[in-house]
Amino acid sequence: MNTNPTIAEIHGLYKDGKQPSEIVAEFLQRIEQRNPQLNAFITVNHDALAQAEQADATIQQDLASKPLAGIPVAIKDNLCTEGLRTTCASKILGDYQPPYTATAVKKLLDAGAIILGKTNLDEFAMGSSNENSAYGPVRNPHNEAYVPGGTSGGSAAAVAAGLAPVALGSDTGGSIRQPASFCGVIGMKPTYGRVSRYGLVAHASSLDQIGPLANSAEDAARVLNVLAGRDRYDATSANVDVPNYLEDYLAALSGDVKGLRIGVPPECFGEGLHAEVKAKVEASLAQLKAQGAELVEVSLPHTKYAVAVYYLISTAEASSNLSRYDGVRYGVRAEDARTLSEMYRKTREQGFGAEVKRRIMLGTFALSSGYYDAYYEKAQRVRTMLVQDFERAFEKCDVIVTPTAPTPPFKIGEKSDDPLAMYLGDIYTVTINLTGLPAVSVPCGMSSENLPIGVQFIGKPFDEGRLLQVAQRLAE
Amino acid sequence: MPITKSEVTKIAQLANLELTEAETDQFTDQLAAIVKHIDQLNELDTAGVKPWQQRSAGALQASYALRDDVVEPSLGTDKSLEQAPAHDAGHFLVPRVIGG
Repeated sequence: MNTNPTIAEIHGLYKDGKQPSEIVAEFLQRIEQRNPQLNAFITVNHDALAQAEQADATIQQDLASKPLAGIPVAIKDNLCTEGLRTTCASKILGDYQPPYTATAVKKLLDAGAIILGKTNLDEFAMGSSNENSAYGPVRNPHNEAYVPGGTSGGSAAAVAAGLAPVALGSDTGGSIRQPASFCGVIGMKPTYGRVSRYGLVAHASSLDQIGPLANSAEDAARVLNVLAGRDRYDATSANVDVPNYLEDYLAALSGDVKGLRIGVPPECFGEGLHAEVKAKVEASLAQLKAQGAELVEVSLPHTKYAVAVYYLISTAEASSNLSRYDGVRYGVRAEDARTLSEMYRKTREQGFGAEVKRRIMLGTFALSSGYYDAYYEKAQRVRTMLVQDFERAFEKCDVIVTPTAPTPPFKIGEKSDDPLAMYLGDIYTVTINLTGLPAVSVPCGMSSENLPIGVQFIGKPFDEGRLLQVAQRLAE
Repeated sequence: MPITKSEVTKIAQLANLELTEAETDQFTDQLAAIVKHIDQLNELDTAGVKPWQQRSAGALQASYALRDDVVEPSLGTDKSLEQAPAHDAGHFLVPRVIGG
């Protein structure tokens, strides 16, 4: 098995007589060897081998009926897995064992996948570097002195290092796309509502979305095919027809991008953009243009306000969502409290890390009496303006291109004392969550320090198939 | 709008967080810097703009649907209590609520 086998390659091995237990054992061995350095996994699924051995008996039949038969997967540790510890990389959840499995994970299991383990993240998916984990930072497999991005840093590092062929992440403000960019893999945030959020531990409910991280557009398509669709347990999951993303991808193999209109917003290529990132993104645009795509200038005039809007809305929602961690129903409780209210305060003080507290504070401020109109409601009005920016831009183009992140990966510790600097790095990704649109980050080259750089393509609502086509064309 | 230390203390109470003195000082500085950045939203005239509602993703709004109002089994008491730090006789146990 090569370092980064695709789903089709693993299925090829099964057709040649290899067994799921052999493949899973090999991945578990890789995790055992490499994880002590990378820290990509918080929990390894110690039943994985037994589950793979069960799959051995039926793998030949399953290959015909189950799209992910015998495929090992890594799951971000904010997705509930019944019987498998789910921590959200927070002390406050302790060794929490969810009583049910997230719909997205259940769909993978029903499609034949085998869970290798639960991947590290920034605590409650809050961060951009995976340094905010109670289980320690994840390291970038390309250079362990650097961050892998966040918050799905464990999933991105695992896929890049060949510890898992594909992984699930979640994306509230760029948490799939930015680590995909930093680790050199493909990461897609689907349209809001495309994938059920049931069983995803809530961070900001109007922004959160689950999606795949993979080494190829084809594998992202295969996983999205399984994930997408309405779920009766998530009222915000969309009742919109699900196309066959794999066919979209396969069509891209024979078709071309001739006539595809790619919108280029100058607001995303100016001040604050690292020269090497700019050069690599422009080179990938030149490549698509050479294949027949048409580059169109579009305007996203309110881009510079996006970080401010995002950090009001996401923290407001988070301050509400995280009120459930009170030491009563699950997780860890502070021992020495005499009254209920003291127990709440002490549990939360001891259980939450600094970034989570900071965001709860900011969100509580934005929602508090006297500031609600000036901050929270103002942000919701500017959010409408951001949506209108994209609606106008998409009148002139089919997809919009931006860098995924303004810089290449940075060093561990470089930004951890300056939260505002960290937040400003989310400039190109947060608008996509605020507007609900789908977007994919695709590797587009390496920096002079030999670290990956990613380019982001943004689509119209539910146009994930086209994004996969573009990703595939760029990979060639 | 500058954020003061007394405001940070008040917000912490609202959020049920018992911050240390050092944390209060640190958050006062950091939140002030963040709110200063956020205040650039005041450059924008939003008087005629409606606050965002869940409608941005095209056909999405029309697809929201409630399920039929039929009673279904839920987690049940035992499973719901399984992860509680303290429980007794089918109830969550907590420290006393009033006084102290």
